Amino acid sequence: MSMNKIETKNVQLYYGSFHALKGISLSIASNTVTALIGPSGCGKSTYLRLFNRMNDLIPGVRIEGDVLLDEKDIYHSKNLRIDELRKKVGMVFQKPNPFPKSIFENVAYGLRVNGMNHGSFIEERVEISLKQAALWEEVKDKLKKSAFELSGGQQQRLCIARALAIEPSVILMDEPASALDPISTAKIEELIYELKNKYTIIIVTHNMQQAARVSDKTAFFYLGELIEYNATDIIFTNPTEAKTQSYVTGRFG
Amino acid sequence: MASFSKSFKEKTAFWIFRIFSFLVIATLFWILEFIFVRGFHMLNWQFLTAMPEDGMTKGGIYPAIIGTLYLVAGSMIVAFPLGVMAGIYIHEYTLDSWYKRFIKLMTNNLAGIPSIVFGLFGMALFVKTMGFGDSIIAGSLTLGILALPVVIRVTEEALIAIDDSFRHGSFALGATKLQTIRRVILPIAYPNIITGLILSIGRVSGETAPILFTVAAYFLPKLPSSLFDQVMALPYHLYVISTSGTKVQESRDMAYGTALVLVLFVLILNIAANALRRYFSKKVKMN
Repeated sequence: MSMNKIETKNVQLYYGSFHALKGISLSIASNTVTALIGPSGCGKSTYLRLFNRMNDLIPGVRIEGDVLLDEKDIYHSKNLRIDELRKKVGMVFQKPNPFPKSIFENVAYGLRVNGMNHGSFIEERVEISLKQAALWEEVKDKLKKSAFELSGGQQQRLCIARALAIEPSVILMDEPASALDPISTAKIEELIYELKNKYTIIIVTHNMQQAARVSDKTAFFYLGELIEYNATDIIFTNPTEAKTQSYVTGRFG
Repeated sequence: MASFSKSFKEKTAFWIFRIFSFLVIATLFWILEFIFVRGFHMLNWQFLTAMPEDGMTKGGIYPAIIGTLYLVAGSMIVAFPLGVMAGIYIHEYTLDSWYKRFIKLMTNNLAGIPSIVFGLFGMALFVKTMGFGDSIIAGSLTLGILALPVVIRVTEEALIAIDDSFRHGSFALGATKLQTIRRVILPIAYPNIITGLILSIGRVSGETAPILFTVAAYFLPKLPSSLFDQVMALPYHLYVISTSGTKVQESRDMAYGTALVLVLFVLILNIAANALRRYFSKKVKMN
């Protein structure tokens, strides 16, 4: 009996008059990988950004319904601070976006802005995070070098390390490998598989094989609605809905 | 036949564009040549470091150089913090709304006000109402306001050029807006802001109208001893000795020398701005 790490109840989201999420209810268990799939514009990225409240940055956005993290409402709780929430819910973006700082400072950034300034503690966390992100061996001799000197795949793993440094419990990934070559993609997927032991991961992907390879559960979105949510192997081999069937077999999308 | 006329048009267009851009460059070189030929023999240590003498027909332009340096520094002390903070506010804190458009429109209008009007305003407010008199402080405040729209604009442009992915990456790590601006955004924006700042110094140093009623002295062969003193300034000195001095003909050489110093000052600033930007952008990447 594990409690749900994340839960949404009848979430509605509007961009101005556009109804982007239509009554999404879904529960995600701890230490699992959940893939969000669906054609472009179906709402899966919007849904992902609910959990660290990145949608709040978009002017004219309106959100109804409940979003729970560890059974606490993250939109309506009284003394909730968004920066505290984002410490618990890390995010990796589609395009690697390291800061124009050194490799070390990129990973240390989250610690510093959250008030953890002790030198040896930071060094320790940076090393652990880079090891977790399977990047340590490649960068340990050039931590002071600019993050821009790394390859795209390395930069993305640096962004993962950066997210891990502040010890979140959930990691959101928005098509983390879509800008990468096949080898880098494979490394990221391997990493996701390993990180599952410690973190709850939600990943948006356009790549069906990737969803099938890395995730335990898959949610299929279409035109702002959650069409089907089930164990990944069922979604890909024996879905209930005809729409899911035709999407995962590549008949549209 | 058709392809002949097409390529003919293509070539004609290319040459028209090329000739017109050459004309632009030629005009610049013409002006520079004009000033250099007539002013270069004036350039010597004495000219730069001596007081004017004999009804400004002899001696040097030292007090005007110093006066201009004071005014440039003073106006930047006024315009830099105000302008950068306003630029940050406009781009980082206001959402796209009528309010933001209103602020931007007003900033642009400020830039469009003729500089003589700034002069009048400065005289009314700083010289008279606030009682600073004709002084460095009144002139600096007036020039500072004149430079404000440029500094705001430059700051805004520098911030617009920064991809939102940096901001989002920082927010996603739990950074506040202020932390994001201080630690991520400003270090990236600095090179462009500084460059713009130096360019606006170039503009300010050549302005005559705003200092006319607020600080500039016709003839004052001594250095200021406080912020409430008047000073001579290069552009006004140039105006005086070429139009309204007692011996306009005799001071012709002095005028060209002064013009050359002013042009060199701006030229050096522009080159420095470029060098600094290149240096900074390398440094930001290294950190």
